[in-house]
Amino acid sequence: MLEIKDLTVEIGGRKILNKVNLKVEQGSTTVLFGPNGAGKSALLMTLMGFSGYDIVSGQILFKGEDITHLSVNERAERGLGIMTQRPPNLTGVKLKDLVKVISNDHSFDTDAASKKLDMERFMDRDVNVGFSGGEIKRSELLQLSAQNPCLYLLDEPESGVDLVSIEEIGTTIDELLSSRSKCSVDHYKRGNSALIITHTGQVLDYVEPDVGYILCNGVVMCRGNPREMLKEIKAHGYQECIKCKQAIL
Amino acid sequence: MQTGNSLKEKAEKAIEKSAMYGEDFDLNEFEVAAKEVPQTEDLEDLDDEFKQTLLNVGVLTDDKERSGSFLMLDNAVSHSSLKDPNIELMSLHEALEKHDWLKDYSWNLVAVDADKYTAKSYLENANGYFIRAPAGQKSSMPVQTCLMMGHKDVTQTVHNILIVEEDAKLDVITGCTTKKGVERAMHLGISEIYVKKGGVLNFTMIHNWAGDVGVRPRTVIHLEEGASFVNNYILLKPVRSIQSYPTAILDGEGAFARFHTIAVAHPGSELDLGSRVLFNAPNTKAELISRTITTGGKVIARGEMVANKPHCKGHLECHGLVLKDGGTQLAIPVLEANVADVELTHEAAVGRIAREQVEYLMARGLSEEDAVGMIVRGFLDVGITGLPEELAKDIDDTIAQIGKDAI
Repeated sequence: MLEIKDLTVEIGGRKILNKVNLKVEQGSTTVLFGPNGAGKSALLMTLMGFSGYDIVSGQILFKGEDITHLSVNERAERGLGIMTQRPPNLTGVKLKDLVKVISNDHSFDTDAASKKLDMERFMDRDVNVGFSGGEIKRSELLQLSAQNPCLYLLDEPESGVDLVSIEEIGTTIDELLSSRSKCSVDHYKRGNSALIITHTGQVLDYVEPDVGYILCNGVVMCRGNPREMLKEIKAHGYQECIKCKQAIL
Repeated sequence: MQTGNSLKEKAEKAIEKSAMYGEDFDLNEFEVAAKEVPQTEDLEDLDDEFKQTLLNVGVLTDDKERSGSFLMLDNAVSHSSLKDPNIELMSLHEALEKHDWLKDYSWNLVAVDADKYTAKSYLENANGYFIRAPAGQKSSMPVQTCLMMGHKDVTQTVHNILIVEEDAKLDVITGCTTKKGVERAMHLGISEIYVKKGGVLNFTMIHNWAGDVGVRPRTVIHLEEGASFVNNYILLKPVRSIQSYPTAILDGEGAFARFHTIAVAHPGSELDLGSRVLFNAPNTKAELISRTITTGGKVIARGEMVANKPHCKGHLECHGLVLKDGGTQLAIPVLEANVADVELTHEAAVGRIAREQVEYLMARGLSEEDAVGMIVRGFLDVGITGLPEELAKDIDDTIAQIGKDAI
């Protein structure tokens, strides 16, 4: 589904990602761990094509196609969808109008989806303006469900969210990943694929992960079983991982 | 009261007096527009092109959703009809003949010698509309008026008086425009607006001119105790120069005024748009909200609030987008407090559309053009309601074009 090859990225001339190699298989959920400032968010933003993330070298392949230099909307059209941590306020743009535009080319039951995510009373509000942490996440999920991408790029879906909302957000993500999209193929485990950043691992109470990566200082440290990685990180932090990588190098 | 002779003298002295702001037009370069024009019995009888011109400034030819309609072409009334018998709508000249008391309201708020444009309007004995909502009357549908220039190289002089009496409520939609093909002309418009105790006036003005037209409206609104005035101003099409600085005088306790200004300066347009509020009574409130865009023209967004009595509250907001190089946004907010217990605030921001917003929408699959269009539409949405569907569509199309041009 997604293949990142030797990707090096700079922000304002400063190297943020260094020769990153990472794969997300079709229908699989890949989790990205790493300490603050490791470059996790930068990787997701780069994958979506946001400006300010300068690709110095390397390649991003999506469904076999080189998308390294495509525009943001061209990537969205091909099936990438993102939930960022701090989406901008869109003053004057009503959530219902945005959802309508996003779901333009396929049937989408806005009423049912907004009800399910408890977003009905936000439909006439300006997108993200005055939304709480949980409301932003639910609004993002509503937009993503209208968009129906093949690969979900989710940046810390549980951050800034209260415990009740985490359950709602977690189960919604699980349902979205299990649903069908234009790239769904029958024999795969799930309809859709995901690359999820998580600090706490809370989202993994609701979404079954397949593969884990650890990113430190812009470098992929290791790839492995995500549940074991999480256990290890919880017990020893990221230091063990960094040491281990240094030993290999 | 000032006599006609003393006003005339004042006007004659001021006929060369430049205005404080805006391009200084030489009115001698324009003919005075015709004072006799063809009469239109029914707006539906007009040809399609004419009807479209009216529609583009919010004036419906099918008057089902209007309490009354008034069309002034050049310097004379072409059509006036009234469906709601509880209000009055007629030409100002006719009204001055009918109501002896009305002369006290004429040239009372706007000075004849304010500048050459007011002087010219006085000396030409400008006609216009007279609308009155008598005490306690609430008109269910808006009254619509259109001021149209039908010939090129002319000056149109207009003088309107609007009176909303005690506890009355009125909505007015005014469209000012040029007939198709009229590229160069001058519009001078005097409006004296009175909202009496507890009265409510919602006034929406849509301008749609041509590339070489000069526009000099002179408007003052007087509000009594508990009166409310909401002014919506929309200008999205090219024009050469507009300079306007309507003033609301909050003269009674608890009076309220709100000005919404939505304008786009195309290349070659200079828009000097302000609004001013004088808080002359305690517990008065006002909001001045301006959203302007330049695609190459110049916008000067002025706003002034002067608090002269305690417990006044005012907020001034000027937001300007620069969508293209070559355009200018100049925000000039002025706050003046002359007593201690007042709260006046302002917020001004000019600049481009944040790239982050555009990309956020692009990440949802919108093209860059559609993303910019959506943001611009949101930017201009200050909650003006009650515009006819056809006009809303024209506004949408214009915004879509602005979005396209911005990339």
